[in-house]
Parts: sequence; structure tokens; C-alpha cells
Amino acid sequence: MYDKVKYLPAGDSSLTMEFGNEISVEINKMIRNTVSAIKNNSPEGIKELIPTYRSIQILYDPLVADFKKMVVSLEEILALATDGGEDNYRIVEIPTCYGSEFGPDLSFVAEHNNLTQEEVINIHTGSDYLLYMLGFTPGFGYLGGMSEKIATPRLQVPRTIIPAGSVGIAATQTGIYPIDSPGGWQLIGRTPVKLYDPLSDVPVLLNAGDYIRFKAISQEEFEEISKAVEKNEYEVNIIHNGEVRLNVL
Amino acid sequence: MSFKVIKPGLFTTIQDKGRYSYQRFGMSVAGAMDFFSLRVANLLVENDPFEAALETTFLGPTLEFKEHDVIAITGGDMSPKINNRQIPMWMSVYVKPGDILSFSGVKSGLRSYIAFSRKLDVPLIMGSRSTFTRGKIGGFQGRKLAENDTIGYRDKELLKSTGSYVKKEYIPLYEKEVEIRVILGPQDDYFMDESLETFFKSTYTITNEADRMGYRLDGEKIIHKKGADIISDGIVFGSIQVPGHGMPIIMMADRATTGGYTKIATVITPDLSKLAQMGPGSKINFREVSLAQASTIYKDYEDTFLKIKEHISSEKFNISEIRSLNLNIDGKKYSIDVNELK
Repeated sequence: MYDKVKYLPAGDSSLTMEFGNEISVEINKMIRNTVSAIKNNSPEGIKELIPTYRSIQILYDPLVADFKKMVVSLEEILALATDGGEDNYRIVEIPTCYGSEFGPDLSFVAEHNNLTQEEVINIHTGSDYLLYMLGFTPGFGYLGGMSEKIATPRLQVPRTIIPAGSVGIAATQTGIYPIDSPGGWQLIGRTPVKLYDPLSDVPVLLNAGDYIRFKAISQEEFEEISKAVEKNEYEVNIIHNGEVRLNVL
Repeated sequence: MSFKVIKPGLFTTIQDKGRYSYQRFGMSVAGAMDFFSLRVANLLVENDPFEAALETTFLGPTLEFKEHDVIAITGGDMSPKINNRQIPMWMSVYVKPGDILSFSGVKSGLRSYIAFSRKLDVPLIMGSRSTFTRGKIGGFQGRKLAENDTIGYRDKELLKSTGSYVKKEYIPLYEKEVEIRVILGPQDDYFMDESLETFFKSTYTITNEADRMGYRLDGEKIIHKKGADIISDGIVFGSIQVPGHGMPIIMMADRATTGGYTKIATVITPDLSKLAQMGPGSKINFREVSLAQASTIYKDYEDTFLKIKEHISSEKFNISEIRSLNLNIDGKKYSIDVNELK
């Protein structure tokens, strides 16, 4: 993390507020706190915030504020965000059915790492993953914190279609496909929960700064939850400020 | 049903301001490529300037109107016609049931905007009616228009009876070689000083890989001093990425929200509309402006809309059908289309 936040111009109506040049839990927490401080203080002219791994993209109305004025307001807010304040985060539980047709590559991932399928599931569900940022496709979260013990290279030939909800591994990354899309990740399971629903009031379930906790479920549970999701009756389990289980490398 | 698509044209979509406030979820903004033309088209039909309109690309569509409306066409000149007769652009035009709007060829620019006084009836998704084809949402069924699509109006009846036009001085000229003004950054420090000079002194050509997502350019190579990749951060409309191959890519309306390539500079808002009217083969000369200069340019740009709006509301005419008169002057026959101004 930089000692001093950098403000980089990005055109006539945006700037990049850069906190560092690495991926770290500390920077992510700083970004999360700053985003909520900006929202609470809502300085004049700010239109939208895009948090990323190491920066916040600030979009502003150039008729209301200019670059200099924005920097002054953001510096003031930053002082508030740095002065501690509560760190609010969510742990979002993602029910996942591992193996079978939902996770056709589970056996390969196990074999590749000299583990049993059961062990892969235990490791994957055993720690929580920090969602650093969303991007690539709507609702796709970049998760950090997967154990090296289950790291597996991408497929040599990507699949042309991967169903929405698929949970995969690519090298040391893990993630969930929010929409049907092509891709080369090793698929180990699938969640019946909708991560992206453009017609919903909350079109995307996950936020940057959330922790994701995978919970193994049976095929019967998968079917049950699927039905509830279709009827809009399923409520995702969200734990506020709970104890995070971090992967011990 | 207000109009039926007889021919869809090359790539015709419904676009408004775009889907702002959802970029933190990885949702692309989409929206019009040329906001100047979108806003003026809507002003001409007395709509909110960011109301959803049709954005056409290169080859315009053929539409059959089923109800009365007032429309206005702005942007690139694709020779619009109603019932095979040329109609003016940058002006409100009355259309009646049975009228056929068609386009007969590109005279200048790349994209036209058709605004409808009675407003297109497609659902609001995340606050916008813009079509985002890659995400298959918005506009008409999340896709470009196709033959036999029919789109309704939100206004039950035609509420206006006056028309308006834009003064010639406000109508942009679309050239094949254009100066595009940029602000350096956010990652200009990743490039060799000589390369920054190259970027501003040489001419870049838009390649065939140019669409609503972005324009890939070809020209003199830009060399990085500390690598082309960065830890992904935010992208805006007009961000100029330079990947390892050294050729700039300008990010446009359907851009991803984040990206991992260095960004040398950002196009200023008023010049995005010029870019939107340029296609493959067009040439770009980048010019640097300071933040302070850009701020003045932006204010002047916004002032233009106020001036256009003022003159539109002060110089109205009663809208009527365009009539064809046959004249016989000195033994020669003329057919003249007349739009009566009152």
C-alpha cells in the first residue's frame, strides 16, 4: 500500500484513486472503507464509484466539480476512512453441489493434486474467499485466498458453454460463472443460487469486499434450492461481520 | 405497435444514456456512441435529451410506421428518405401510418440517431433502455433489430404539433482525418518519453476491428518502459489502452468496466462523438490538452446544448406532412418537396 494515495486523471470526468500496486487484503479493506466513507459523505459531483483490486475509479460531473476540487474532497474523506471506523463486511454462503455432472473436473483436480475428491471438497469449503472486485462479465467476482493444495491448471481446450452457477478452479484462483459462457476453468461443482439476475432489484448478489463461503450440498438439496430460487423464495445466508476463516498456507 | 422493421440495417440498436451505477458489479454501461447526436435528436422532438433512440450503423434500417409520430434524424448522413423522397436531417419530421423510412447510402459519418417523439416502449433494465448485445440485455430483447420486429410507443398519442430544426452552425462535419483531444494518464508514466512524443506526432488509423466495444488503431508502435500489464483497474469511455504490441485501443460504449492494460491517455468527452462517427480507415491525430483546458472545453460543449435548445424552442414551425408539388417553369417540369413552415 502506498504511503500516500495517488490521484490519476482519467479524462475530463473521472479520476483513479490508487491505493497501491499489489493485490492485498489490507488494500481491499482500505478501499471498502473508503467507498463507504465516500457514500456516507456524498461529496458534490460524484456520480459513480468502481472499486477494483487496488483503486477506486471515481466518475464525477465536470460541471459540478473539477479534478482539483475532487482531490480536495476525497482527501478529506480519506482522513475519516483512515481513522478506523467500523470494518463492515459480509460473509455470503454459496451452497454448492460438488462433483457428478455439476463438477465434471472434480476427479481431475483430485488426481492432479494427489487428493481424494472428498479432500478437495473439504479444502475448497474449508476457508473463506475475499471478493476483491467484480468484472469480466456482470457478476463475476475475482476471489482470493484459495489453497495451493487444490490449484490446477486451466483446461487445454476451453469449453464452449459453461452453465451459470458453475464453480471452477484456474491455477490458484477459484470463481463462479454468473452467466452461461465459454471458459477454460476446471469445473468442480455448481450452485443453484443466481449470482446475476438483470431483472431483479438487486441484479448482482455479490459485492466487492464480501467474503464467499462455499457450503457443500447434496443433489437433492440442489434441486430443492433450485426450485425455491425459481419461485424467488430462496434467501441466501449472509453473515454480517462474522468470523472469517482464512486459508493458512 | 408503432413501427415495423422491414430491413434491420447493418447494426441497429436502441440506445440511451447507458446503464450507469452498476459498473461496480462488472456491468458494462453501453449507451449511445455519439451523445451529441443522441441529445440533439431528442431535443428536436422535445424529449429528455437522453431518451432512448435508434442508433444505426453504416447501413440504416427500413421501417414502416403504423402510427402518427414526429421523428428527428441526426448524426452521420445515410441519406434518409420517407416513401423514397429525401428528408432533411437535424429537423423534426412528421410521419403517418404507412410511411416507409429508408436510408439509401452513406454520405458522411458512420452512425445515425432516430429519435421518436412518442418514445420507444422497451423495458427499463437497471435504469436504462440501452441494448448491451454482449450481455444480451436491454433495448429490444437484448439484441440488434431484426426483420419483422415491431416496437411500440410509450406515449399513447402524439402530443406535439410543432417542429424544429438545428441551425447549420451547430451541425458537425464528419471528416476522415480528425484531431482527437486527450488528457494524459492514468498510466502515462509507464511509457518511454519518446513514445509519448510518437503518440502525439504520428497519425493512427482505425483498423477493421472497431465496434461499439472499442477501436483498435494501427500506426507507429508505442514502447513501454515498465511493462504493458497492470493489476486490473477501472476503464472509462475513451480510455486509450496500450497492450504489449504497442498499438492503442480506444475503449468505447460497450467497454468492460475494468482491464489490465496500461492506459496512456483518455479522450475528452466532446471528442467521443467525433470518434463515434469514424470507422475503419479513418485517421486520428491525438492532441494533448491540460485538465484546465479540458474543463473549459467541456463547459463550452454543454453550453452548446443550451443554445441549441433555446433556438429550437424559439424557432418552431407547425408540423405537417411533406408535400410534393409538381411545377412547370418555362416548359420544364420540376417535382419539389415542401414542408410548410408557419
